[in-house]
Amino acid sequence: MVEEERVRVVRCGGSELNFRRAVFSADSKYIFCVSGDFVKVHSTATEECVHILQGHRNLVTGIQLNPNNHLQLYSCSFDGTVKLWDYVDGILIKTFVVGLKLHALFTLPSAEDSVFVIINKEKPDVFQLVSVKLPKSSSQEIEAKELSFVLDYINQSPKCIAFGNEGEYVAAVRDFYLSVYFFKKKTTSRFTLSSSRNKKHAKNNFTCVACHPKEDCIATGHKDGKIRLWRNFDDDKKYTYTCLHWHHDMVMDLAFSVTGTSLLSGGRESVLVEWRDATEKNKEFLPRLGATIEHISVSPAGDLFCTSHSDNKIIVIHRNLEASAVIQGLVKDSNIFTGLMVDPRTKALVLNGKPGHLQFYSLQHDKQLYNLDIIQQEYINDYGLIQIELTKAAFGCYGNWLATVEQRQEKETELELQMKLWMYNKKTQGFVLNTKVNMPHEDHITAVCFCNAEKFENPTLVTSSKDGHFKVWILTDDSDIYKKAVGWTCDFVGSYHKYQATNCCFSEDGSLLAVSFEEIVTIWDSETWELKCTFCQRAGKIRHLCFGRLTCSKYLLGATENGILCCWNLLSCALEWSAKLNVRVMEPDPNSENIAAISRSSVGSDLFVFKPSEPRPLYIQKNISREEVQWGVFVPRDVPESFTSDAYQWLNRSQFYFLTKSQSLLTFSTKSPEEKLTPTSKQLLAEESLPTTPFYFILGKHREQQDEKINEAFESELVQLPLTENIPAISELLHTPAHVLPSASFLCSKFVSSLLLSKETKSGEEIPEDVDMEEGKESDDSDEENDFTEKIQDTNNTDLGEDLLHQLSKSEEKELRKFRKVDYSWITVL
Amino acid sequence: MGEFKVHRVRFFNYVPSGIRCVAYNNQSNRLAVSRTDGTVEIYNLSANYFQEKFFPGHESRATEALCWAKGQRLFSGGLNGEIIEYDLQALNIKYAMDAFGGPIWSMAVSPCGSQLLVGCEDGSVKLFQITPDKIQFERNFDRQKSRILSLSWHPSGTHIAAGSIDYISVFDVKSGSAVHKMLVDRQYMGVSKRKCIIWGVAFLSDGTVISVDSAGKVQFWDSATGTLVKNHLIANADVQSIAVSDQEDSFVVGTAEGTVFHFQLVSVTSNSSEKQWVRTKPFQHHTHDVRAVAHSPTALISGGTDTHLVIRPLMEKVEVKNYDAALRKITFPHRRLISCSKKRHLLLFQFAHHLELWRLGSTVATGKNGDTLPLSKDADHLLHLKTKGPENIICSCISPCGSWIAYSTTSRFFLYRLNYEHDNISLQRVSKMPAFLRSALQILFSEDSTKLFVASNQGSLHIIRLLEGSFKHLHTFQPQSGTVESMCLLAVSPDGNWLAASGTSAGVHVYNIKHLKLHCTVPAYNFPVTALAIAPNTNNLVIAHSDQQVFEYSIPEKQYTEWSRTIQKQGFHYLWLQRDTPITHISFHPKRPMHILLHDAYMFCIIDKSLPLPNDKTLLYNPLPPTNESDVIRRRTAHAFKISKIYKPLLFMDLLDERTLVAVERPLDDIIAQLPPPIKKKKFGT
Repeated sequence: MVEEERVRVVRCGGSELNFRRAVFSADSKYIFCVSGDFVKVHSTATEECVHILQGHRNLVTGIQLNPNNHLQLYSCSFDGTVKLWDYVDGILIKTFVVGLKLHALFTLPSAEDSVFVIINKEKPDVFQLVSVKLPKSSSQEIEAKELSFVLDYINQSPKCIAFGNEGEYVAAVRDFYLSVYFFKKKTTSRFTLSSSRNKKHAKNNFTCVACHPKEDCIATGHKDGKIRLWRNFDDDKKYTYTCLHWHHDMVMDLAFSVTGTSLLSGGRESVLVEWRDATEKNKEFLPRLGATIEHISVSPAGDLFCTSHSDNKIIVIHRNLEASAVIQGLVKDSNIFTGLMVDPRTKALVLNGKPGHLQFYSLQHDKQLYNLDIIQQEYINDYGLIQIELTKAAFGCYGNWLATVEQRQEKETELELQMKLWMYNKKTQGFVLNTKVNMPHEDHITAVCFCNAEKFENPTLVTSSKDGHFKVWILTDDSDIYKKAVGWTCDFVGSYHKYQATNCCFSEDGSLLAVSFEEIVTIWDSETWELKCTFCQRAGKIRHLCFGRLTCSKYLLGATENGILCCWNLLSCALEWSAKLNVRVMEPDPNSENIAAISRSSVGSDLFVFKPSEPRPLYIQKNISREEVQWGVFVPRDVPESFTSDAYQWLNRSQFYFLTKSQSLLTFSTKSPEEKLTPTSKQLLAEESLPTTPFYFILGKHREQQDEKINEAFESELVQLPLTENIPAISELLHTPAHVLPSASFLCSKFVSSLLLSKETKSGEEIPEDVDMEEGKESDDSDEENDFTEKIQDTNNTDLGEDLLHQLSKSEEKELRKFRKVDYSWITVL
Repeated sequence: MGEFKVHRVRFFNYVPSGIRCVAYNNQSNRLAVSRTDGTVEIYNLSANYFQEKFFPGHESRATEALCWAKGQRLFSGGLNGEIIEYDLQALNIKYAMDAFGGPIWSMAVSPCGSQLLVGCEDGSVKLFQITPDKIQFERNFDRQKSRILSLSWHPSGTHIAAGSIDYISVFDVKSGSAVHKMLVDRQYMGVSKRKCIIWGVAFLSDGTVISVDSAGKVQFWDSATGTLVKNHLIANADVQSIAVSDQEDSFVVGTAEGTVFHFQLVSVTSNSSEKQWVRTKPFQHHTHDVRAVAHSPTALISGGTDTHLVIRPLMEKVEVKNYDAALRKITFPHRRLISCSKKRHLLLFQFAHHLELWRLGSTVATGKNGDTLPLSKDADHLLHLKTKGPENIICSCISPCGSWIAYSTTSRFFLYRLNYEHDNISLQRVSKMPAFLRSALQILFSEDSTKLFVASNQGSLHIIRLLEGSFKHLHTFQPQSGTVESMCLLAVSPDGNWLAASGTSAGVHVYNIKHLKLHCTVPAYNFPVTALAIAPNTNNLVIAHSDQQVFEYSIPEKQYTEWSRTIQKQGFHYLWLQRDTPITHISFHPKRPMHILLHDAYMFCIIDKSLPLPNDKTLLYNPLPPTNESDVIRRRTAHAFKISKIYKPLLFMDLLDERTLVAVERPLDDIIAQLPPPIKKKKFGT
């Protein structure tokens, strides 16, 4: 990157996976979902993203398998093109330019050279279903302008269109009617339900439609939770329908199984309902799916279903209604109170997720790492219920501690507050609740901050509240005769003239604490909790407060609600400079002196990057977003970039992410970060190429056992293990038809010896001695053995690299030998 | 319309009995309905669903099965083990014959209509030959272990299916032996119930047997192999009845939860001939068990414990969407159960097995229009008259002076003399009734209470002079030669000179009582008469028919009046013709000769003949014009029909004197409250 392009605002990950129905590949190995401008290919077995199909320049609105070649995928987008992909290799094959905004895509096996799309030509609210003839041509980009009109005045959602009986008819629903267009007869029948105008409280609106794959039967979902099964609809008069009613709220989506024996439905209840034989009494449920079911799709092979949920998640479900995989994107459907944070350990972005949860979202892989249940209460989804909200969260001590604040306020006077402190547990690799403080303050907590300075051996937390106090919490010994424990207690309560405490902030070295009381900033000594000095600018309440870093640590910055940004010098205790700027977001970069501020103007939001030492900004970008920016955060880069231009130097060590009001996560980059997302390793693909035979299961188990036994420290060892598919004896076993195989006893010795590691590959003559020594030990307790290996690990860490290699091979050899002794029995079972 | 003081009577504690069977006859488009008290009613579906005939019930004769045979003959079988044939002309029981198999649970007439099959308690299926005037036992089929609850013929007449407890048997009619025995699963939603009762079977021409049972299942069986083909679990309670259409493309089942399900045979895809049975629409018009269903070519008919007869038209079979295509719910009998003594303010209520005499309350208070006046004296239950014997009362009447009460059962006629001494009443039975007075279909007293008119079921009309404590037979009008039709409705002129009588189908006969001869016959009309009355002074006969037409016929002039001709020329308002229930009573205002008062179950109407007739554009059901409106507007909007819908369901309404009306209501909620509780169903959100 020598001459960088202009830095621009790009959408970064976290796109809606649930925008359209997901599509399965013909063999159910892959699942495709739209994700912003891309199409993502996930493995159904491992949940990993295998490919990202990129090429559309606007939101992708529909994907379908090519019915004539199911290794190919069609996609359509708002950019007016239909693209054909080879999803196995992730290659764009062809682009068909239609030139109109395409809202949805349908394909039919009977219509070989055309696809169906939803467009709106004239009025903004009137949509048409048209078929587009895809001309045959060898060129990459082909104009496809031959449209033939099928249905007018339809709903724009693809859920409201369904093709039935191998493309003999198409059913479309909108408002209160169902229209069926018969391609052969070229006639449209329309069936209208009595609308709410005729009937009181009847919420008969159609919401979705599905067609039976084998029979002439159309299923429609309705707003009142009913499902109607229409039959005989080729006769305008003799048509008839059946009602199925279980959902108490709108039916969001419907899908028939491949054979048509069962119907799947889902809605806001977050329960997948399977209606067997389309009868009311014969139904199965898969409850507790977590969030509203938005879409349901069925794999062409019939073994898998999947549901897309409103919390940006796709669940792959087995035919027997067992959830098998979850593909979780950034959860977006809640209010963000906690703001954006970076988990110091995983470098994941942390923010409000599902109701009552904190989500850890990996920016690198665009997927959710995990959910931390903070509130730990059953979430009841109902209108008008006042829920417990997770309002504040903060990481401290390099990610060892997490503080969270939750509140629920039903009436003005009844505030329920709870602060929880979570300790990171190395063993379980997760946060464990350590201390729960009921009503830490009398009123809303406005800020929570940890003292992150290295010199403080004792973790310290400060909370400020509207009740006029700020409290200092410290970690103390909470041991009793039963166990050793630590807990948090309140150490100091400070206040200033009964003003509401609005912000608090530690200086970088932790020696000073700044607490803002409405318009006044107070500075406290963190050793003695003495009030050192106060700053008062009388320029409105302080909205943001932060200390400068590194060379600028003598400065304190405060942004007021009246649109003044002040910078105080802590040495001189005087105002260094002030500027008129309506700051909405102010975030310091942890790796440099830079501070980013986003201001709101009438046309949009502007970004200013500056150093506290000088009032002149380093970088200004106007109008980064038309919407209001709510939160921002600097995320340290793993590998520093090397922008040479002065203006972009602030991006070298950290990347700035911000979240707008409509919950789109944006960042600054010269290229789209999703382009940089690393597709999963080749190993994953190699694993999938292994056929799922009984051998596979045995070998797979086998490997798991190995994995369990071999210590975590030998992560690199996997590579050294001979991959099963490389061994000729095994491939011979697996790929020769059973009837031509010689007897098992003949193959056995060859097979077993193939699993052994040849000694030549291993280094060193000392091995035999070692083996002798360890064989003696093998009779000992296994715990001891673990201790031994752990010791090895410890020494490894301190030792030189070559020693490490040596040790690895030795212990590995030991493990394998042990395994050889133990695990032959399974072969005789065969 | 004028202002009236209205006695709003709600103490008529009438509960219709539940419907047990319905049988539909395609040729005559008539429906036979039997109730749990043994009453059998015949509804004419072509004549606006009018209940034209009824056979009174009998305590021991609980009907369990009802069917039509060739030549529109109606048979029933009951728990007393008798097969009964009804005489539809004379309105009595032709004969009763014991089947000698214990209680009869099911009956089926062969497709050709000449053989009758009876399923009995002892597990026997008996075949009877229907001869022109009787039935004759032919033979027994193989005896089964338990009672035969349902029977169905194969349309070819070669096989029958019989539903018993836990299994269905298929019989060969020729040999009389069981060909297949199809065992029904006892399991009910995973729980094993004690027994699975086959409440109904239907044999289709392709050999499919459809069964409904107490476990809530509708099952399709292949009778050739005796195997289960398909199973629909539709209810958590019993499925109690099934009826298949003649085309065999749809059938209907009724469940104990009050739901009626419609099943249709639809093609699997439009271009294949394969068809499958699909459950389509559920109808919830009942609150209680649906004991019986029938399938007419255009409608689904259901009846049950909640006493409603529901006729639900099938929209796809209806050619024109007119008023006939609307849902009908028939609850109350289309005849009068109440008579009134105007002089003494007495009401006589007729129940199945007793009569009640009430004196209306009175008030001294006055008030504005719409006020509820406080009673100074409460209504008084004067008399409770129980019948002797197990038979139901057919008809009853109290004389206008209040001193005579007459009622009749199928076999006996009773006449009582009432004596009033201050507040005490003494009742004296007039004994030694003449032999010809055995059973009456209608009883009427003359206005001055000196004459009693009795329509007997042989078609004759008796006139009896009443004296103090005794009576004298004056005359008998014999039916015209050749007809045996009984008279069901009587009307006498207030001056006592004219008597009008009408049967179920032929015209209205007017007799001159002075000269004791037939005066004239009003020309016959296509639809049965629902109410008759003769106006005072003018002696105009007002006739209401079941198609909601009203005629006025001048008896002295022997022709329709000018007003009647005018209204026939112009036609009635379309909303008037679309009313559900027939007019059951007509009366006149003594001081306003231009007014005709009439009512049905849902409205009360005063026809003012002096005002212009409404056309289809005018508002028929106009609210009473506010009094402050100017006379011009009032005159412009006024038309001949003044309708009040305040009182409903209205069983009786009459004028006591010039300014007082009595209205007898029977709210449906009160009836439901007296029924056994329905099956509890979990309602979502409660």
